[in-house]
Amino acid sequence: MSADATSPSAPIRAQVLADVPPVPGAPKPDPILVADNVTRRFGGLTAVDVEHVEVQRGVITALIGPNGAGKTTFFNVLTGFDQADTGSWTFEGASVAGKPSYKVAQAGMVRTFQLTKALSRLRVLENMRLGATGQRGESVWRALLPFLWRDQEESITERAEQLLSRFKLDHMRDEFAGALSGGQRKLLEMARALMSEPTMVMLDEPMAGVNPALTQSLLGHVKDLRAEGMTVLFVEHDMDMVHDISDWVIVMAQGKIVAEGPPEAVMANPDVIDAYLGAHHDAPVTEAEEQQQLAEIESDIEAELSAPDESPATEPSTGGSS
Amino acid sequence: MDWNLLVANAFHAALGLNAIAYAIAAIGLNVHFGYTGLLNFGQAGFLAVGAYGTAISIVHFNVPYLVGALIGVAVAVLLALLLGIPTLRLRADYLAVATIAAAEIVRLVIGSTVYARWTGGSSGFSGAFARTFYNWNPLPAGTYSLGPVRLTADRAWFMLIGWSLVIIIALLVWLLVRSPWGRVLKGIREDEDAVRSLGKNVFARKMQALIIGGVIGAVAGIALVTGEQSVNPQTFNTQLTFFFWTLLLLGGVARVIGPVLGAVLLWLVFSVTETVLRSGASAGWVPDTLVSESQIGLVRVALVGLGLMLLMIFRPQGILGDRRELAFNVR
Repeated sequence: MSADATSPSAPIRAQVLADVPPVPGAPKPDPILVADNVTRRFGGLTAVDVEHVEVQRGVITALIGPNGAGKTTFFNVLTGFDQADTGSWTFEGASVAGKPSYKVAQAGMVRTFQLTKALSRLRVLENMRLGATGQRGESVWRALLPFLWRDQEESITERAEQLLSRFKLDHMRDEFAGALSGGQRKLLEMARALMSEPTMVMLDEPMAGVNPALTQSLLGHVKDLRAEGMTVLFVEHDMDMVHDISDWVIVMAQGKIVAEGPPEAVMANPDVIDAYLGAHHDAPVTEAEEQQQLAEIESDIEAELSAPDESPATEPSTGGSS
Repeated sequence: MDWNLLVANAFHAALGLNAIAYAIAAIGLNVHFGYTGLLNFGQAGFLAVGAYGTAISIVHFNVPYLVGALIGVAVAVLLALLLGIPTLRLRADYLAVATIAAAEIVRLVIGSTVYARWTGGSSGFSGAFARTFYNWNPLPAGTYSLGPVRLTADRAWFMLIGWSLVIIIALLVWLLVRSPWGRVLKGIREDEDAVRSLGKNVFARKMQALIIGGVIGAVAGIALVTGEQSVNPQTFNTQLTFFFWTLLLLGGVARVIGPVLGAVLLWLVFSVTETVLRSGASAGWVPDTLVSESQIGLVRVALVGLGLMLLMIFRPQGILGDRRELAFNVR
């Protein structure tokens, strides 16, 4: 169903961004999220230092960058899970800077986490129901009077069950969420985020620790979000996935945005290759490179084993010299 | 062995004043810890402010009994706000430290000589403040017998009202925790950030839970001093809080009936071990060199401790808990 829904619209989306110059901070025709001068420092380290960035409505934007580039911190700042030192940002034209995370979520910007947060001792269906916003029964007084919220609860349950079957979790609806596999938890987290009917979904490494078969289905689900008119911003390391589904790619390195553009252009950009694919990349781009990396790691390990007295301060290299 | 004595003692322990007050207090603690994941190690403080708020306003300001009880509850709300505003935004362990400290502060302040004019200092005060409650007793005066069990009319009246309170509070908690509100609490217990990311005001919900559990604790305190017809700061020591924890874990965390069952069982075990040991000692079965008469009270606590250890090893979820819930490593 994802293919039918997205294939005709995907080129249109690409067209929307066709005239946007592939430079950092490029203005978009219809930005849903605009951030200016956002900085976040941890002591002497400036984790995030973003001058200007815009995220186009209704497309899938990927946020990539090497480890420590500040992607997750930027995510946390935007969604109110971390406090920025400076900066302002607006979501759908209204400032959400400095707002508590729950208000950001209520505004329609809902996130998931890199480390999946399934609510283990709640059943899958309860996890889903929790996601719905504007529940009357969440007020402590009305909670005591079930007849005030029972109708709403039924419609929430119905929606939850539809989403569960779309994410192929319906057979698990009465299990504890803690009993799900890692991949199923990712699915549950995404489905739960959708229960709040967001306009923008922020996915923090949705593919981390997910097996290849499930990756495909997750990809389909992310494309479905776009087909339904939602905006998706996601952090990812898997370059294949970034290439496959994103309409636009933003590259961060050392807290700054160093490049922007359509996936093909970004991956050919020498700045990006320097900053990300060059010196510190985590995910190998080609199989040959993967082999090369493995060989390097092995030789590094061998070197370390043969010379155990060497200074432990040397950074354990993960293909750092490629 | 005097079986009649055993049964009579067991009845008074398992269904009497202490079981009622402990059950109510632990229901409040269950709202905190069982459903919201708030580590409250100062439940005794909520009992103390409830008890003293009630007693002082009746004794010194001559307010009617129920108004006094309402004042006691209001003071508990204040204490919850005072505790929660600085600590609920922090990690759970900070609340644990703050609550245990707050409960000690409450106990030391009410027991200090500075406020003795109001609180009666370290000896507290006894007497007429609970009289109104017993004046409402519709039961004809006299002694009631149920087999070996003997009850005064006042005691029977207290137990009647006490257990009604337990049932009403348990019902209210049951209604709350199965509602969407309760679902948010359980979500917070599992992972606050996930709940925040879904647009829920976590701080407000935690505060509500702290207040509700604290108010239930204050009701337990009021019940305790109404039953004893005296208040004493030593009643509300840290050990009291840990008895609530013990019986909550015994009965089963995050089960509405868990704390009630836990309270009844805890006091039943206390009573039976004490009666058995005492009659054993007087009959000469238990040698004085092993357990002297004065040590019996301590031995029964040690036995309960042993029982709790065994429970944690063989049935860590408590009597009513669901073992599967422990299978997941939360936090």
